[in-house]
Amino acid sequence: MTSEFAVEMRDVVKRFVTPEGHEIAAVDHVTMQIKNGEFFSMLGSSGCGKTTSLRMIAGFEWPSEGEVFIEGRPMGHTPPFQRKVNTVFQSYALFQHMTVYQNVAFGLEMEGADKSEIDKRVKRALEMVQLTGMERRRPRQLSGGQQQRVAVARALVKTPDVLLLDEPLGALDLKLRKEMQLELKALQQQLGITFIYVTHDQEEALTMSDRIAVMSKGRVQQLATPVEIYERPVNKFVADFIGESNFFEGRIKSISKDEAVAHIPALNTELKGLPMSRDFVKGEDVAISVRPEKIRIVENKTKGDGLFMAKVLTSVYIGSDTHVYLDLEGIRLKIMEQNRISRLDPSSFYSKDQVVTLMFMPENTLILKKD
Amino acid sequence: MLQRFRENKSMQGTFLALPTTLWLFVLLIIPLFLTLVVSFGQRSPDGDVIFSFGLHNYIRLFGYSTDCPGGQTSCFDPLYVNILWRSLTLAFNTTVCVILLAYPLAYFIARAHPKRRNIFLFMVLIPLWTNFVIRVYAWMMLLRKEGAINIVLGWFANLLGLDFTPLEMLYTPGAVLVGMVYEFLPFMILPIYTSLEKIDNSLYEAAADLGANAFKTLLRVTLPLSMPGVVAGTILVFIPVMGTFIVSDILGGRQVILVGNLIQRQFLDARDPTFGSAASLILMVMTLIVTYFYTRKFGFGEEIVAA
Repeated sequence: MTSEFAVEMRDVVKRFVTPEGHEIAAVDHVTMQIKNGEFFSMLGSSGCGKTTSLRMIAGFEWPSEGEVFIEGRPMGHTPPFQRKVNTVFQSYALFQHMTVYQNVAFGLEMEGADKSEIDKRVKRALEMVQLTGMERRRPRQLSGGQQQRVAVARALVKTPDVLLLDEPLGALDLKLRKEMQLELKALQQQLGITFIYVTHDQEEALTMSDRIAVMSKGRVQQLATPVEIYERPVNKFVADFIGESNFFEGRIKSISKDEAVAHIPALNTELKGLPMSRDFVKGEDVAISVRPEKIRIVENKTKGDGLFMAKVLTSVYIGSDTHVYLDLEGIRLKIMEQNRISRLDPSSFYSKDQVVTLMFMPENTLILKKD
Repeated sequence: MLQRFRENKSMQGTFLALPTTLWLFVLLIIPLFLTLVVSFGQRSPDGDVIFSFGLHNYIRLFGYSTDCPGGQTSCFDPLYVNILWRSLTLAFNTTVCVILLAYPLAYFIARAHPKRRNIFLFMVLIPLWTNFVIRVYAWMMLLRKEGAINIVLGWFANLLGLDFTPLEMLYTPGAVLVGMVYEFLPFMILPIYTSLEKIDNSLYEAAADLGANAFKTLLRVTLPLSMPGVVAGTILVFIPVMGTFIVSDILGGRQVILVGNLIQRQFLDARDPTFGSAASLILMVMTLIVTYFYTRKFGFGEEIVAA
């Protein structure tokens, strides 16, 4: 380990020409530093540049501008087989004409390792992903989850510095996916190697990652820990993409270091909140975001500072929570309440057209850049 | 009646298979049986068939001769055995050459930009629009003594100030091989292309990711995964090459006689359908044996693709 960072992307641009002849930047000036031993996720919807970034780290694509560093060394046009990284592909890309054993052994044979060494390492890798006894099967005789494990074993047997995973759980059903998430995370912690994980599933990213890069339109929108990304999104895109949010449009009225006041024309009132950017100016148009679980419905029937009267549209009981949809001066809000107390009485739930008082806390109200 | 037909799947199946079954029975099974019967018969002096049961045609085919030098009553005449052996080796050589030429081209097309692939495939098929015989004649124009190749070579020799005697290319086994390879190349390109095109790009990337260079990827991933195409192409090329007589007739002249020419001459020139029938059956049996062992080793070419 020669460098603090396992992988570093420095101002990387990747341009493609579309079939219509337009040039687009799939990755647009991306800079990120991925630490050694970190579980790092790139999160975004399709076309956000996450897979292209991963492919540039793997060596399947070369940057149009900028540089990718692995363990501190600039990669330039180094081909994939000369990089100490290995990839788990979205479609697994297993060799159908080989057995499980041969698939896992392939990478070691390419290194020219001797037979007994290969045998030892393949056995250990298969043990690691709990596939002992499946050596002589063909990939197509395995379930999706088992194929996934073969793909992981095939990459890990090469003892890479960095393991790249491109939506590896996308094809699995929900229950299996959750199991595999925990398994992959445990595997990463046990091996202590860097994982770079590409996914469009925010829950998956939040569950597994040490840090997440939220990407959109080829750019990194925010790079932070899961808690920071959820609790302190830097802009409206991130607040909207990660979890759910209620948004208001407003304008900065006054600003200090850790508090901002925004005027909301639709409500004809002002809201106090946390500024999520340092460079707000007075009069700037902003988005105000409040998470559904962070708005409280209170008994107090009067209006006041941070208190609003709203009308219930519907109330949906989903077991652990109740989702309440409300109308606040023509703005549709969603509130989540935990069902902490066991009850059956219909009158204890919100009913349509019931008027309730909402309380917004300044520490739960985020003032965001409008992208 | 109609109601019963709608509900009965096996009746529907029988009905659908009926035209083909009839076709095969009338135009394949019966003629084949007749050929077998005729092959045991004897030629009458005026060229008719005398039905009898004897193996004399087969014995003659495998070298038994009564027309011997030195007044012997019987001796071994390798004429027909040589023809059979020549056909077999030519079919083998043609297939090998066709694979060697077709594989790189199919690979190139399969890896080309999807938009351009269709244009290339189209170009592969264009020669098939011209009649088979005409295409063989075209080779005659190229290969003969005063042909295009000799003219060009002569021109170059002249330019370099060398003496040039036109090459004798036509009516040689080489000319027949070239003609066969040319005629059957598309039938190898297409199946190989199909199986190569099915290989997902991520498999090449996985191979590169695991440390394989281009050559090792070809050897360990591309070739095994495209074997079904090679097998299918081999069947499509080997079997017809064993039987055709046009290419050898035009480009081989009297020098290169194959089983196909032998059969044709027995029916048309020598007017001995009994011997022609025997030769036809032997050709069929030979082809079946080779194909049987080949497919037993490599399958029919669908196993991996089907997955």
